[in-house]
Amino acid sequence: MKNMNRRHFLGTTAAAGAALTGGFGRLSEAAAAIAELTPGVPEGVGSYATMGTLPGKKPLIQLSDRPPNYEAPIEYLRTPITPNDQFYVRYHLSDIPEVDVKTYKIKVGGDGAATPIELTLADLKAMPAVEIAAVNQCSGNRRGLSKPHVQGVEWGYGAMGCARWKGARLKDILDKIGLKKETIEIGFNGADGPAVAATPDFIKSIPAWKAIEETTIVAYEMNGQPLPHFNGAPARVIVPGWTGTYWMKHVVEINALTKPETNFWMNPAYRIPVGKFPIRDRFLTQENAANTPITEIVVNSLITSHRDGAKVKAGKLTVSGMAWDGGYGIRSVEVSTDGGKTWGTAALGVDNGRFAFRPWSFDIAAKKGKNSVTVNATNKIGQSQTTELIFNPAGYHNNVMQNITLTA
Amino acid sequence: MQKIVIALAATLIASSALADEQVIKLKPGPGMDKVEANCGACHSLAYIPMNSPFLNAAGWDAAVNKMVNLLKAPIEPNDAKAIKEYLAKNYGG
Repeated sequence: MKNMNRRHFLGTTAAAGAALTGGFGRLSEAAAAIAELTPGVPEGVGSYATMGTLPGKKPLIQLSDRPPNYEAPIEYLRTPITPNDQFYVRYHLSDIPEVDVKTYKIKVGGDGAATPIELTLADLKAMPAVEIAAVNQCSGNRRGLSKPHVQGVEWGYGAMGCARWKGARLKDILDKIGLKKETIEIGFNGADGPAVAATPDFIKSIPAWKAIEETTIVAYEMNGQPLPHFNGAPARVIVPGWTGTYWMKHVVEINALTKPETNFWMNPAYRIPVGKFPIRDRFLTQENAANTPITEIVVNSLITSHRDGAKVKAGKLTVSGMAWDGGYGIRSVEVSTDGGKTWGTAALGVDNGRFAFRPWSFDIAAKKGKNSVTVNATNKIGQSQTTELIFNPAGYHNNVMQNITLTA
Repeated sequence: MQKIVIALAATLIASSALADEQVIKLKPGPGMDKVEANCGACHSLAYIPMNSPFLNAAGWDAAVNKMVNLLKAPIEPNDAKAIKEYLAKNYGG
């Protein structure tokens, strides 16, 4: 997006950050490994990463400030709904405007639209509203755990969160433009843009069939509050079940497309090898013989009660965490304390819907010395996590069963 | 263009001590100035230690080529060569 009134790279964010943090900035210029890093991420991450504070956010693991890429430590993921100030932040491009809600408009058009329109925030809010609890997970969450390591933002466990998103159905918006039957994809552009004009703007598309699902919305509220700036204010696309790459932040254009979107961020970026993952949702207008766009989130789980290597007391101990998938819902979570020979069934917590985090907990009898804990979630169509990494060049879909050691 | 990019990068580096801005001290060596001026014009230098030490010379070549060819970073061929050499030598596996 090139026509927005945007601030300079180091404008308001830095100033607001200084105000919020009392201007203490970095504690030291020395590189600092932090305890919150996920074990197994590349050594280099630990050489510089610190806890960073963005305006409106609690300290998050600062992987990069420009563009802002901040992940949540596991302590922030202990509740079935992730608070806004604990929610991770991910951008591709570093020119990020503060969007003025008074002049904000979404242009809805494209060559598949009979009657293009513009929507203000008020227009959006006047439409029938829906609220959906859904996990937003970066496609590259856990990329840093790939073996061998692969290039990119080296996320640990925390490039995800679950929020209640409220907004208008994308389907209702598309009804207003008279969608032509030749429409195959719906494209999105956000207000953020590249540092140099030649760099491809971040533009994404989803299949038309996905766009008109009842659960695909354009949200202006997150957990009952206006969307935080760093999570896409004033409005963003919500594609429950699918990875975060399609959830366009600061959305300013929605385009009905009669031809596949071909920019860098659709191809070659965000691709998985064809046939390697147990994926049901196909994005056929984008698929080729070798690769296809990433679609739904694979079934996964995370222990949030304890870090790997944590010291515990011998005796009864509750281990807990979250499980989630691409929208089938979680059927069960199993825990093993003997390296996968035998499994016990965890208790499941509150069900906030098929797209949400499902809390689980399991009591173990911790013995003196080392206690191994492995967790595996299964969704309602019978898909479970993998024991071995399904390697792919971008480090996507890492749902290897997590194993930690607790020492009593 | 190159001058603008360098000036911009210098501004960014000079500003990086502000507030919550990330401070990345690269390993000193030939080519470091080219890395700061070119790579730092568009993104944090944190991407360099973040992707080390596992990227070897071929990996860093691919990373720089991606920036130039796909993400259209305006980097002169001689600078790109110096950048690749610096990264392989200082941050290569």
